Amino acid sequence: MRVAIPRETFAGERRVAATPDTVGRLKKLGYEVSIETGAGLEAGFDDAMYTEAGATVVDSADALYAEAGVVAKVRAPSDEELAKLQKGTVLIAMLWPLQNEDRVAKYAEAGLTAIALDRIPRISRAQKMDVLSSMANIAGYRAVIEATALLPRFMGGQITAAGKTPPARVLVIGAGVAGLAAVGAARSLGAEVFAFDTRAAVKEQVQSLGAKFLEVKIEESGDGGGGYAKVMSKEFIDAEMALFRQHAPRTDIVITTALIPGRPAPKLWLEDMVELQPQGGVVVDLAAQQGGNCDLTKVDEVIVHNGVSIVGYTDLVSRLPAHASQFFSRNVVHLLSDMGGGEDFKVDLEDEVVRGATCVYEGEVLPPPPPPEPSPPRPQVETAPIAPPPKTEVALPANARMGVAGVAAFLAILIGVFAPDEFIQHFTVFVLSCFIGWQVVWSVTPALHTPLMSVTNAVSGIIVVGGILQAGANREATATWLAAVAILFASINIAGGFLVTERMLAMFRKEA
Amino acid sequence: MGNLLTVAYLVAAALFILSLAGLASQSTARRGNYFGIFGMAVALLATLFHPEVSVGNLGWVLGATVIGGGIGALLASRVAMTSMPELVALLHSFVGVAAVLVGYSTFMAPEAELVGVEKIIHDVEIFLDVGIGAITFTGSIVAWAKLSGRMSGKPLVLPSRHLLNAVAAGLCVALVVPFTAAGPELGLFVLFIMTAVAGLLGAHLVLAIGGADMPVVVSLLNSYSGWTAAAAGFMLGNDLLIVTGALVGSSGAILSYIMCEAMNRSIWNVVFGGFGATPVKPSGGTDEPQGEVEPIHIEGLAQRLREAERVIVIPGYGMAVAQAQHAVQEFSELLRSEGKTVKFAIHPVAGRLPGHMNVLLAEAGVPYDIVLEMDEINDEFNDTDVALVIGANDIVNPGAMTDASSPIYGMPVLESWNANTCVVLKRSMNVGYAGVANPLFFHPHTRMLFGDAKDSMSKLVTALRS
Repeated sequence: MRVAIPRETFAGERRVAATPDTVGRLKKLGYEVSIETGAGLEAGFDDAMYTEAGATVVDSADALYAEAGVVAKVRAPSDEELAKLQKGTVLIAMLWPLQNEDRVAKYAEAGLTAIALDRIPRISRAQKMDVLSSMANIAGYRAVIEATALLPRFMGGQITAAGKTPPARVLVIGAGVAGLAAVGAARSLGAEVFAFDTRAAVKEQVQSLGAKFLEVKIEESGDGGGGYAKVMSKEFIDAEMALFRQHAPRTDIVITTALIPGRPAPKLWLEDMVELQPQGGVVVDLAAQQGGNCDLTKVDEVIVHNGVSIVGYTDLVSRLPAHASQFFSRNVVHLLSDMGGGEDFKVDLEDEVVRGATCVYEGEVLPPPPPPEPSPPRPQVETAPIAPPPKTEVALPANARMGVAGVAAFLAILIGVFAPDEFIQHFTVFVLSCFIGWQVVWSVTPALHTPLMSVTNAVSGIIVVGGILQAGANREATATWLAAVAILFASINIAGGFLVTERMLAMFRKEA
Repeated sequence: MGNLLTVAYLVAAALFILSLAGLASQSTARRGNYFGIFGMAVALLATLFHPEVSVGNLGWVLGATVIGGGIGALLASRVAMTSMPELVALLHSFVGVAAVLVGYSTFMAPEAELVGVEKIIHDVEIFLDVGIGAITFTGSIVAWAKLSGRMSGKPLVLPSRHLLNAVAAGLCVALVVPFTAAGPELGLFVLFIMTAVAGLLGAHLVLAIGGADMPVVVSLLNSYSGWTAAAAGFMLGNDLLIVTGALVGSSGAILSYIMCEAMNRSIWNVVFGGFGATPVKPSGGTDEPQGEVEPIHIEGLAQRLREAERVIVIPGYGMAVAQAQHAVQEFSELLRSEGKTVKFAIHPVAGRLPGHMNVLLAEAGVPYDIVLEMDEINDEFNDTDVALVIGANDIVNPGAMTDASSPIYGMPVLESWNANTCVVLKRSMNVGYAGVANPLFFHPHTRMLFGDAKDSMSKLVTALRS
């Protein structure tokens, strides 16, 4: 099976569907690989590199398409390219079939099998082929870079001899893959980042990246299944808008990534919010292709409105062509690997992933596949919870514990053997009292710890009993004197302790 | 008659246990205190009828009791609630000195001539009683002096102080050998030396401990005062003293343990660590809290409070120093009368005594059911509009959770920065007791209100009223 990689003809597209690295991988899978001359130049790979990796470099697009079994490319084919595609060829690209039904009909007309990479179901097994995620990740990162370049300020706060600056404030609307990538990039540049999403499930992911998750006070889940968002109620949107207006005056950069499958992008960042933003602010609208989240967005343009730049680039991913091509082509390799490799290549409609992505099979349009299984696990963003900090105390090593136990046992035996009866009795009372005290005191509420101290103070004045016994015994004058002074001090304790406890406890009152 | 006395002591001991058990909740606490008073009365009366007590000496006994009781009552009625830590420390020292005196008295006038093992045990008991008593006495005196401001709260760190402590403790233990072997005159001399050494040891131990570790020290001395009473009980063969001493000893030990847990430090670290003696140098570089401190004015804060629905107040030692508890109470009542939710969050080591903040707030008239412990309230900061930190620092330091290089890393703290706005009332930007810079002040949610806490709170109340 021969995989053909054409040069992208779409204006501004710099990606390519195979890198020298993935050519090698395809060869290992048993595929023959042809590539149009100059296909990888914009992404930084020349023909020699592809040749070295084992690809056949073909001089013209016509010749390439003529011998292709599978055509893998980034963008959907133009009419010109479509004319060159042979009947029976398997076309793999970002086809957006739901948005381009007329094109799909043409693929069928041309007798192709068309596999839309953007329709790969979002299930765990297919994550490695998920171009939307891999591209969104790049778009999110690049959006921050574009915004940073336009922002006339620092992202991170500065403290210099020439003065201090606070960090820039970035608001990311829509915390999907692109949004989370933007959050991460903006955080690592030092900005203070806020993120909003209708799906409460992403809160933890946002927080794990060090951003604050903004919430409206209305309970409504925006989870539309499959990791996508759904349309929200009017009340919710009103609350959301109020929240945005509240934040707008302090928000230097807004990055919007909100998309709802099969619908125009929701308008979330409106003209008046842009006008509230500080001078020099930037809005990067990642939904520009789908109509934009900002109502001022102009596709593929940067416009300035009231001192705020609004970026409507649709080629953000293409602005990072080397890594975008690497990720994209890896996704393609994984798909081609799952489809059986060069020897056993098959478009298997029984396969959930292949069926989900295939919109035309051997010249026939397939109905959209059934919706994906409910709530597949989203790609887990690596979380770094604060580990329970270690105790500064070093626990006794096991042998030390044994030692303590041994000494205690030895002492117990010593006491048992040598101590007189009377001592044993007192000792029993002592040990049992310690246990009672331990039990009773643990139940004291922390709020009463001060009264506990003062009452134990008073109670420990019980030493007065010792004083009385000594003073009363009438044995020796000095001893009596000493004991009397002891009684005096202990009495201060008794009276002082109980009275001050009473004073304190009288103050504790419950709410009337 | 003898058995009647024993039964009376048993009743007293049971009443003391009930007394402590009563403190389990605020609603039974006063009854608990009355149990204690009743138990003490039973014990005193019974002892007066002890066969050993001769009627001729009752004058001495009663005179001393009345004078002492009078002084105690005077102290208790005069003390301001902010001065509770000093009073508690002072009372501990009295237990210590009483135990020392009873020990000497017993040594000079023994009840009966003992021989053999019994004499050795009795001598050891005297030695223990006097030794622990002396440590408690001087330690408590130093703690009292520090807490009342008569002495600097800074830890005194002598060179090779661990060696000094070890030598002193070793000497005290070693002296028991000549003491048990010697006759009465030489024995008294040895006892004197031991008392002096133990006294120095107690003073030095507490001298080396700084201000904010005082909750632990006071609890520890509380524990010692119990053990010294228990030792006196052994010495005199009196079970009531043993039971009571063991109760108090356990109580103090548990309090010390709770305080240490609350600081994520071991008791050894507190007692021997000399914490806070050497201010930790900020580690510099990126660890330094960056950004600008954002001040707020009374009017700005009042505005935020008007808009707020949920407010949490975090009092610290600074509130006690400024005597701001009444202004704080007025503030909370005002907000509550407008239907807002106001709660107080108490860190276990806030203040200079376990439960210190609770007592101050109770004194000012804050109902105890809106005063919550750290564990009860820490999750609520997320839903809180304004968190007001009054004179607290280390107990609200986020570095304790995130910065592994911080000396207070691992100490549980009140997560005030999770509130929408966290306002810190502070006199200056000085570091707290632990000598650690507090990233909370630079936190984006935080606003600083500089000035005296009492003054600021009064102005805030006025601003809220207008």
